[in-house]
Amino acid sequence: MSGAFTKSMARNIFYGGTVFFFLLFLALSFDTLSTLPKRDMRANMTPQIAEGKKLWEVNNCIGCHTLLGEGAYFAPELGNVIVRYGDEGVKAFIQSRPKEGIPGRRSMPQFNFTDEQLNAIVAFLKHVNSINTNNWPPNSQG
Amino acid sequence: MQYKSQAVAKPYFIAAIGLFVGQILFGLILGLQYVLGDFLFPAIPFNVARMVHTNLLIVWLLFGFMGGAYFLIPEESETELFSPKLALLMFWIFLVAGALTIVGYLAVPYATLAELTGNSMLETMGREFLEQPLPTKLGIVVVALVFLFNITMTVLKGKKTAISLVLLIGLWGLAVFFLFSFYNPANVVLDKFFWWWTVHLWVEGVWELILGSFLAFVLIKTTGVDREVIEKWLYVIVTLTLVSGIIGTGHHYFWIGTPEYWQWWGSIFSALEPIPFFGMTVFAFNMVNRRRREHPNKAAVLWALGTGVMAFLGAGVWGFLHTLAPVNYYTHGTQITAAHGHMAFYGAYAMVNLMMISYAMPILNGRAANSNKSQVLEMWSFWLMTVAIVFITLFLTAAGILQVWLQRVSDSPLPFMVAQDKISLFYWMREWAGVAFLIGLILYIISFFVGGDEEKAA
Repeated sequence: MSGAFTKSMARNIFYGGTVFFFLLFLALSFDTLSTLPKRDMRANMTPQIAEGKKLWEVNNCIGCHTLLGEGAYFAPELGNVIVRYGDEGVKAFIQSRPKEGIPGRRSMPQFNFTDEQLNAIVAFLKHVNSINTNNWPPNSQG
Repeated sequence: MQYKSQAVAKPYFIAAIGLFVGQILFGLILGLQYVLGDFLFPAIPFNVARMVHTNLLIVWLLFGFMGGAYFLIPEESETELFSPKLALLMFWIFLVAGALTIVGYLAVPYATLAELTGNSMLETMGREFLEQPLPTKLGIVVVALVFLFNITMTVLKGKKTAISLVLLIGLWGLAVFFLFSFYNPANVVLDKFFWWWTVHLWVEGVWELILGSFLAFVLIKTTGVDREVIEKWLYVIVTLTLVSGIIGTGHHYFWIGTPEYWQWWGSIFSALEPIPFFGMTVFAFNMVNRRRREHPNKAAVLWALGTGVMAFLGAGVWGFLHTLAPVNYYTHGTQITAAHGHMAFYGAYAMVNLMMISYAMPILNGRAANSNKSQVLEMWSFWLMTVAIVFITLFLTAAGILQVWLQRVSDSPLPFMVAQDKISLFYWMREWAGVAFLIGLILYIISFFVGGDEEKAA
């Protein structure tokens, strides 16, 4: 770098650039927050869905699965699992996991959920499936 | 060492390396579970091992950052640390809190841990990388604030250099953006939106400032190039980092319920994110080529050059590979992401910490550099770990390309598990590369205990 470009010029560009782009990011974020209600289906939110999200979290489902593509890549995407299995199929799958796993296969724990809890999980997954994700995933396999 | 209080860095470095070993061991367990699905099930299910793997990574990097800052700041500020005692106290608190958290993950089911630690008071658990129980999260905040107080007071009473200012901004940013981990609304889109304010603005934002300042510090010390030149480079690099990286957050907002326009903002700005990493590579090589002295610590210089190259490849090139929205539509949430994650974290953050430790540890032990014998072994470990991570990344990339094709692109898309079975060969090869990495890490640790003729104190 030539002598004309000094350290203090570099510093000023750093501070100016950072502040400018952070403010631009904040502006875009505010705009996003104002348009989200049309996309995140919050009008359909129920206590059951919130309970389902809590169960999703305290059992660390994201430690194996992805949800809208985020999480671990060990087990299938669940944002659209309702499309693949249907409500009853999802419940039956979760309920039928053997306690000791399946020999040689990737195994999901047996969580011993009550019917009420299973309904909450399904409500949550149905809700996630209803979010406007710009047509992601590309097909029903997730 | 120039200032007595720099000695507090040593326990931080030792803890960092110890936790690094744990991270790699659990990585090998995970790799094996990818091919032998029920390995260790139900004692250590995949999700538990993964939590341990990623959380140990985060914690050891934080130990490295804190240790590095405690070593760097007194020397840059030309004054003793504000309070070495406080630094030592925080070390023990952080170590005990971290160890208890890992024990908690392994000892009881996660739902039980959530119940025992009061997750229902403020639900923050169960989100990727932020799985820590509430008391641990609060502990992190306390440790971070006390650490920042200590570091900031030291800078305030001493000399203020560009390196210490950039480091301070990075560290304060780290603490501030961590606060978003406490915000977890029931609305899953909002949850995900702000989750990235911690995760992205850490690793593709403020952490790069820490990386840049550490690199600049070690380059000044080892090359003897004029501080004015190095600090000018540092400012240019961190400018490019934040200009591209802040709005680059948008590349996570393509498919999670956020508006379409993020596909443009996110694609364009994140496509610029490789530039600062390329800048770091050019910076490191340029400064070493223009060196005015031959520093006896050749290993530290190797790590400095290595982190430049590998951060550019892992974070820059492998990030760009899948960052454009039309590509990401197919690659999002596949092994491509895992491939990028492994090389980026190793190249940028693991290596910069290993560079700092390599430079500082001999000095903390009262010599300018380790013996030639020790350095040769350390350089072997550098090459083994680095080549291993390159192969891990290549195998995961191959697995990812096949996964995308089989599961998402082909005319008859296969179910996830069927596709996984078909690509298991690449998971096996990844696991063997992981074993090579572990051997490299063992050599690295042995290198600390190799004697020989030591270089005299500088």
